[in-house]
Amino acid sequence: MILRYGIKLVTVTKSNPENVGTKVSLGGVRGGPDVKTLRKDIWWLPQVASGIGLALFVIYATWTAFRNGNYYDGAHGRDYLSPFYSPCLASNCTYKTASVLGTWWKLSPALPILIFPAGFRATCYYYRKAYYKSYWLSPPACGVAEPHKTYSGETKLPLILNNIHRYFWYFAVVFAIILTWDAVAAFRFGNSVGMGLGTLVFIVNAALIWLYTLSCHACRHLCGGHVDQFSKAKIRHWFWKKVSVLNPHHMLFAWLSLVWIGVTDFYVYLVASGTIHDPRFF
Amino acid sequence: MADLVVRLWRGDENGGEFIEFKIPAQEGEVVLDVVHRIQATLAPDLAVRWNCKAGKCGSCSAEINGRPRLMCMTRVNQLPEGEPIVITPLKTFPIIRDLVTDVSFNFEMLKKVPGFKPKPREADGTYRMYTEDVERGQEFRKCIECFLCQDVCHVIRDHEENKEHYAGPRLFVRYADLEMNPLDTNDRRQLLVEKMGLGYCNITKCCTEVCPEHIHITDNAIIPLKERVVDDRYDPIAWLGKKIFRKSKKVETDAK
Amino acid sequence: MVNASIETHEFDVVIIGAGGAGLRAAIESIDSGAKTAIVCKSLLGKAHTVMAEGGIAAALRNVWKEDSWQVHFRDTMRGGKMLNNWRMAQLHAQEAPDRVNELEEWGALFDRTKDGLILQRDFGGHKYARLAHVGDRTGLELIRTLQQKAVTTGAEVFMEVKIVELLHDENGAVSGALGFYRNNGSFVLFKAKSFILAAGGIGKSWKFTSNSWESTGDGHALALWAGADLIDMEFVQFHPTGMVWPLSVKGLLVTEGVRGDGGILKNSEGKRFMFEYIPQMFAAETADSEAEGDRWYEDKANNRRPPELLPRDEVARSINAEVKAGRGSPHGGVFLDIASRRSPEYIRRRLPSMYHQFKELADVDITVTPMEVGPTCHYAMGGVRVDPDTAKATVEGLYAAGEVAGGMHGSNRLGGNSLSDLVVFGRRAGLAAAQSALEKGSSKLSESLVEDALNRALKPLNNPEGENPYTIQHDLQETMQALVGIIRTESELVEAVEKLEEFKERVKGVGAKGGVKFNASWHTALDLNSMLTVSEACAKAALMRKESRGGHTRDDYPKADPEFGKTNHVVRLQGNDITVTPEPLPVMPDELASLFEGAAQPTGITESKEVK
Ligand SMILES: Cc1cc2nc3c(=O)[nH]c(=O)nc-3n(C[C@H](O)[C@H](O)[C@H](O)COP(=O)(O)OP(=O)(O)OC[C@H]3O[C@@H](n4cnc5c(N)ncnc54)[C@H](O)[C@@H]3O)c2cc1C
Ligand code: SF4
Ligand code: SF4
Ligand code: FES
Ligand code: FES
Repeated sequence: MILRYGIKLVTVTKSNPENVGTKVSLGGVRGGPDVKTLRKDIWWLPQVASGIGLALFVIYATWTAFRNGNYYDGAHGRDYLSPFYSPCLASNCTYKTASVLGTWWKLSPALPILIFPAGFRATCYYYRKAYYKSYWLSPPACGVAEPHKTYSGETKLPLILNNIHRYFWYFAVVFAIILTWDAVAAFRFGNSVGMGLGTLVFIVNAALIWLYTLSCHACRHLCGGHVDQFSKAKIRHWFWKKVSVLNPHHMLFAWLSLVWIGVTDFYVYLVASGTIHDPRFF
Repeated sequence: MADLVVRLWRGDENGGEFIEFKIPAQEGEVVLDVVHRIQATLAPDLAVRWNCKAGKCGSCSAEINGRPRLMCMTRVNQLPEGEPIVITPLKTFPIIRDLVTDVSFNFEMLKKVPGFKPKPREADGTYRMYTEDVERGQEFRKCIECFLCQDVCHVIRDHEENKEHYAGPRLFVRYADLEMNPLDTNDRRQLLVEKMGLGYCNITKCCTEVCPEHIHITDNAIIPLKERVVDDRYDPIAWLGKKIFRKSKKVETDAK
Repeated sequence: MVNASIETHEFDVVIIGAGGAGLRAAIESIDSGAKTAIVCKSLLGKAHTVMAEGGIAAALRNVWKEDSWQVHFRDTMRGGKMLNNWRMAQLHAQEAPDRVNELEEWGALFDRTKDGLILQRDFGGHKYARLAHVGDRTGLELIRTLQQKAVTTGAEVFMEVKIVELLHDENGAVSGALGFYRNNGSFVLFKAKSFILAAGGIGKSWKFTSNSWESTGDGHALALWAGADLIDMEFVQFHPTGMVWPLSVKGLLVTEGVRGDGGILKNSEGKRFMFEYIPQMFAAETADSEAEGDRWYEDKANNRRPPELLPRDEVARSINAEVKAGRGSPHGGVFLDIASRRSPEYIRRRLPSMYHQFKELADVDITVTPMEVGPTCHYAMGGVRVDPDTAKATVEGLYAAGEVAGGMHGSNRLGGNSLSDLVVFGRRAGLAAAQSALEKGSSKLSESLVEDALNRALKPLNNPEGENPYTIQHDLQETMQALVGIIRTESELVEAVEKLEEFKERVKGVGAKGGVKFNASWHTALDLNSMLTVSEACAKAALMRKESRGGHTRDDYPKADPEFGKTNHVVRLQGNDITVTPEPLPVMPDELASLFEGAAQPTGITESKEVK
């Protein structure tokens, strides 16, 4: 089809399709004043806030990852393993989940496993949005001009790698199971079953990790979103509907689980280092 | 009621400027009413598009205080009181005059969408689709083609050169509509990545923020499309599964 | 400006209008092998059809097996108070189901029944639930589907071009149309063997209307100026439920779907007044108690429908009467209440855009508060007189479909019958126009005709000190609202005709400041010509019809007159004068007439005391 839009005056006697290719025409003068934005609200606030939040977490996580100590509290009859170090896979672990890495690994045992949750979050659709806006400034806010000359989005390396988010999700499910196990283990008080404030912290942590993992967009796609005709895939539709309830809150879960994983780790640190005493409920 | 101060962009491709109008406020008005009153009394040749005045046709798109909005759905009393109302034309498209822009980019892109190709009817001559089959697509079909999402999308708002290979959120909504349609037999994923620039979108959600129809453009259209593309080209497991268990849909990339 | 510099295009078929009718015609015309262009005043996809809400009527029999084209035909004729062109009503009822199914094949996603078929809803005047719909945005679905189909089929679309005049060749056939690009003011000439008018309605001539700025009656006027007949121009539908507040949206439509889904009308005393206004013609199938009316929503087989779902003219008149009797709402309407009758979830799901519209524009939550509504000018039943089978007008080379065509709806249109009208007759027009074009040789247009038309169009611009077109438009709307509104009377109509003469003089002196580029005042100045023409046609036809029927209610002749029931009023342009001639209505063949046995003849104004 040929759309004709009355911009140019072409004198033609017959309609001449060759005049109107399907190529999108570029250029033309834009209207409005030549300013970055006309917005008058504090459009930068959300971006600055999430930028600072993320930065604080990265700083904390780095400290924790290299701390290589006080990540397991077994001394006070507790069984609390910091989520940053779970599963603990090297021989130098205070608490060994399984010594998969053997003795050659000399650095902090947090490092090899953190690749997975870090990769999961770094490729997460929500965090992508957050860092593109807060750090990359593309865009700094909606309707505010970005400072870059060119822009290729996620079409080139390295950002095209964000497409592998789904693989990290597969691992994330494994991690969610492990962290659930850690929460169960937090009920172990020596040889008896009990519960301390730490146990509660672990349960909340596992719950938030699940909420974050299940509300993931890749999860939504894998469990049913890929289907075109739901009436022919009843079970997948059921799953999709459930995940679709969680999915709109993905950002919230992303933040809560992020903050809480830090809280959990810090709590373990405080207890393991003897700074505080973990109150026991029963 | 006090007077309203309206700062309107007037001009064309040869340049323009803000003109300030003072006009008495009236109760219950939307911005389009104010613009109309300016047109009827102070600036008869003011160029502005509108049709339905009910948020149904998507004609009256403009930027109000720097935010892309429908003028007919923006009540004056929602805007900060006592401050001038600043109205400018959509920034992403070339200006024609005053508040009217040349939005043909969008129509060109719409023209390139490979059409709907239904599967054959059932034996009884009907198409059987159930509520759960159509619900998802119905959200996308609410689109009134106001092109506010296209306007706000930084990929083309800030980078004119991307218009050549980037379809934009409205178009992704249209592609999602077709790709998820239970009857359609076409596969447009390759086209989406290679010609329509799906990878340029960095899911920053400004389109969703401005959509007057409250379509969850990013969450329900763009991200699912990205995931479908992953199925197609970045996920060997999904690819293998498809090869073994399902016949894939027809790939048709030739734009008409 | 000289003729040689005008951009000229040659086609087999040129379609003026890109609403449902125009797009459907284009698809058919292209399919038939004709080179086809679509011309529209706005951008593609913005035509008035986009605003249609409730649904598209077709006897699909998905919800009610008892339904059939015969029942649909009967409902349509009775809704039109038997003044419809029977053949059009028949074709419409017979072909609508196919046209709706075809939309689905082109990608439309209608709401579904439990069995996976297209769901149908109840609407006023339709015996069975018959309206295929998509929530309350059916028009959007229709226009998008057709637009996308037309785009893939290969239509050429000329957007934002206003056609100002149709031109004849030496044999008197319409073979040219002159228009201009609204964007830059440059003129464009279309030469074609067939022209299809699909230019929509005339509502903009009234002050309170549900119609957009485009509905200035251009199609009606173009046809009349080109020598074609118009019929039934006195019949203008006032939709009973338009918003009455805030003032800036007064007239904006509240879909009949609200009533179809359980909404009721109440006056300021809280009384459900419609039971007082049931006319005899519909008494047999209308509930006579609130209890029965309420039961109907659940059990339609054993109860009669509530009177809120009477045809539109009846409901509009009743509301008018309540307000006149001083029982209106604060802003001069009545209350439409669904909040107290349905759950908030139900309302939001079934009527999303109504919810949205009231929330955003009036700050009213319809799940909590009743809406204030009153009649608003909505639809022109009258229009170009066409041959039912081919949609051909009475001049060679001209066709008309959609709201611009007359006859199909008689004196009153049933809700949902317009969208189906668009696709049924749009298709027929496209087919016939293409076939005839492919058989015809080309013809010649006289250059001087083009130049005259062009100069006429430029006149307002050459008279920048002339009267402000917005002022004239405003005054014209006031006049039509006051004198040719929902209730009419001899003296007022005479006054209207006189006033319209004055307007003609004023329009001669209209001026537009500024240049040719997207100059709204110039566009408005040109729209005035057609608005004035249709207003005059309407007023004069109304003056002649000394009875009350459907969309024409006379205070001085409150009853329907069987003699007028056999008469169409034909409007023609003779010299410079618009004349009205009564002509006999085509007579229905017996096998169709037999469908109406036992049905009472129409009554006029519904005065409760008379009918009960
Ligand atoms: C609010 C509302 C709700 C409605 N709801 C329903 C419903 O639920 N069911 C139903 O059946 N009906 C409904 N109707 C009625 C129905 O929508 C219209 O009657 C129908 O859409 C008219 O379609 P059309 O194709 O004839 O013309 P339109 O859709 O009005 O299109 C007219 C076209 O002609 C073009 N045009 C006009 N003049 C010129 C010119 N001079 N030069 C070039 N182009 C020109 C315009 O640009 C436009 O493209 C509703 C109407 C309204 C206002
Ligand atoms: S989410 Fe993607 S499409 Fe939407 S505005 Fe952002 S970059 Fe553009
Ligand atoms: S998706 Fe929303 S914002 Fe974009 S064009 Fe459609 S209605 Fe407008
Ligand atoms: S985890 Fe955020 S989208 Fe997958
Ligand atoms: S005028 Fe139709 S959306 Fe504003």
